[in-house]
Amino acid sequence: MSERRSKLLMIGMIALFVYFLLPLFWLFVASTKTTGDLFSSFGLWFSKDFSLLTNIRQTVTYDGGVYARWMLNTVFYSVVSAGGAAFLSALGGYGFAKYRFRGNGAMFALVLGSIMVPTTALAIPTYLLFSKVGLVNTPWAIILPSLVSPFGLYLMRIYAQDAIPDGIIEAARIDGASEFRIFFQVALRMLSPGLVTVLLFTLVATWNNYFLPLIMLNNPKLYPVTVGLAAWSSQSVGGGGSTGALLSSVVTGSLLSVIPLIAAFLLLQRYWQSGLSAGGVKE
Amino acid sequence: MRRLASSRARRSVDPSATGYLFVAPFLLVFAAMLVLPLGYAAYLSLFQDRLIGGTVFAGLDNYVTALQDDRLLQGVLRVAKFFAFQVPIMLAISLLAALAIDSGLLRFAKAFRLGIFLPYAVPSVVATLMWGYLYGPDFGPVAQLADKIGAAAPKFLSDGWMLSSMANIVTWEFTGYNMIILYAALRAIPHELYEAAAVDGAGPWRTAWSIKIPAIRPALLLCVIFSVIGSFQLFAEPNLLQRLAPSVIDSAYTPNLYAYTLAFTGQQVNYAAAVSFLLGAVIVIASYTVLFLTNRRSKR
Repeated sequence: MSERRSKLLMIGMIALFVYFLLPLFWLFVASTKTTGDLFSSFGLWFSKDFSLLTNIRQTVTYDGGVYARWMLNTVFYSVVSAGGAAFLSALGGYGFAKYRFRGNGAMFALVLGSIMVPTTALAIPTYLLFSKVGLVNTPWAIILPSLVSPFGLYLMRIYAQDAIPDGIIEAARIDGASEFRIFFQVALRMLSPGLVTVLLFTLVATWNNYFLPLIMLNNPKLYPVTVGLAAWSSQSVGGGGSTGALLSSVVTGSLLSVIPLIAAFLLLQRYWQSGLSAGGVKE
Repeated sequence: MRRLASSRARRSVDPSATGYLFVAPFLLVFAAMLVLPLGYAAYLSLFQDRLIGGTVFAGLDNYVTALQDDRLLQGVLRVAKFFAFQVPIMLAISLLAALAIDSGLLRFAKAFRLGIFLPYAVPSVVATLMWGYLYGPDFGPVAQLADKIGAAAPKFLSDGWMLSSMANIVTWEFTGYNMIILYAALRAIPHELYEAAAVDGAGPWRTAWSIKIPAIRPALLLCVIFSVIGSFQLFAEPNLLQRLAPSVIDSAYTPNLYAYTLAFTGQQVNYAAAVSFLLGAVIVIASYTVLFLTNRRSKR
């Protein structure tokens, strides 16, 4: 009986698995087709011509190689934002976890409450503010707002509480180490698994961001790949003679853009899991 | 104040003052990127651009207009409806998958976990473009299959289907994320509880229902809150699908799309600030309502 039950479970899970992976399989298949075959052949299987390499070449050379630039922009924005956000969160989380000072609880509660402030409701005011001080249409417009990660601070505080025993800090103090030296030479190393988690989450958030760069940037050379692909897609829907070529570039460009993050997810599995468990369990 | 500083170690540095130095960088950026824009929006929302007289102080006029703005209310209701049917479905699938993977009855559990989580790595822009093609009448596989058997394919991008089509995209993107939160919570349940249940003769279903699900309530709640925040700020999906079906999705389809249109197409900056502000308030109220309702229920 238990065997039949687990068989039922298996069938259900396979159905889910197919639902979640089939679109990605479709994306890969579609990237291997010429525009003509995209329309004429069955969507979920390969056609006779395997034109993945031609499509890739076309995608990265279109419009003076702008796609490669978008990818580089995305990498740049996300790495700088994630690095900065993780560092600020580690410093702050350690501070909130390991020091008693007036306002500690209140300030932390304020930051935690701000998780509920929706980023998109914040984006328009930030745009208005940035246009006042001349930051619109610069990389700063993407990086600065991404440096604040209330969730990251929350994770780092929990992590610092659990991973760094007070005794070690005390011992380092008795040895005469300064507070910042203790942080950089002792604490930071013990925090590194948590730090990687925060880094990964802020990286994904900036990498996948669309609304903020859409409103902040109107120079195509500064676009991240999400905004670039959306622009291409609306051109290919909008008509004109060149739509066909652009259509397969949108598809191939989409495939190329998801590969780095999927690779990162596969390589760094244990980190996102530990991050989400800290967020989910200890609330 | 100086509890960490033990009396044995007397140093020139006051650790409690150093605490401020550690949290200061985060709080400064927090103030500049969160508190300041919100304050600025609040300020802007109190003014109006008039044909005669230019920008003038208008008090709460923008908010009064917004509360009577049919397009905004329609958008909020549409998003609320979206939330009411998309989130239960998504969380039910997440929960079932998490329980299945945690049950130990499943082979290849790790591969399933990873496969279901993978869409989270896909930007919503790419997910929407992809599903847009899959829904499409030209080379979408569903339309192709229907064509082959001579049936009419569902018009995924028509007025009647659009909200469900969008719900499907969002479900595809975030089920795995929620599943991982729930799975992690399941792993943290102490094993003595299972042993006690087994002694009492509970099977896997009974254990799941009476022990596991109650134990992961906080994690479920977290998923609900994140979903409230996510649903009410829907933007990328309607924004991109609008290009495929401009007659179905208007510029106020979701409140966020409306705020965007007001600010960047209509140049109504002050009104857009008021709408953004109200939207933020709606989300905070909705989140607290969820918290309040679930808290009251658990106390009973």
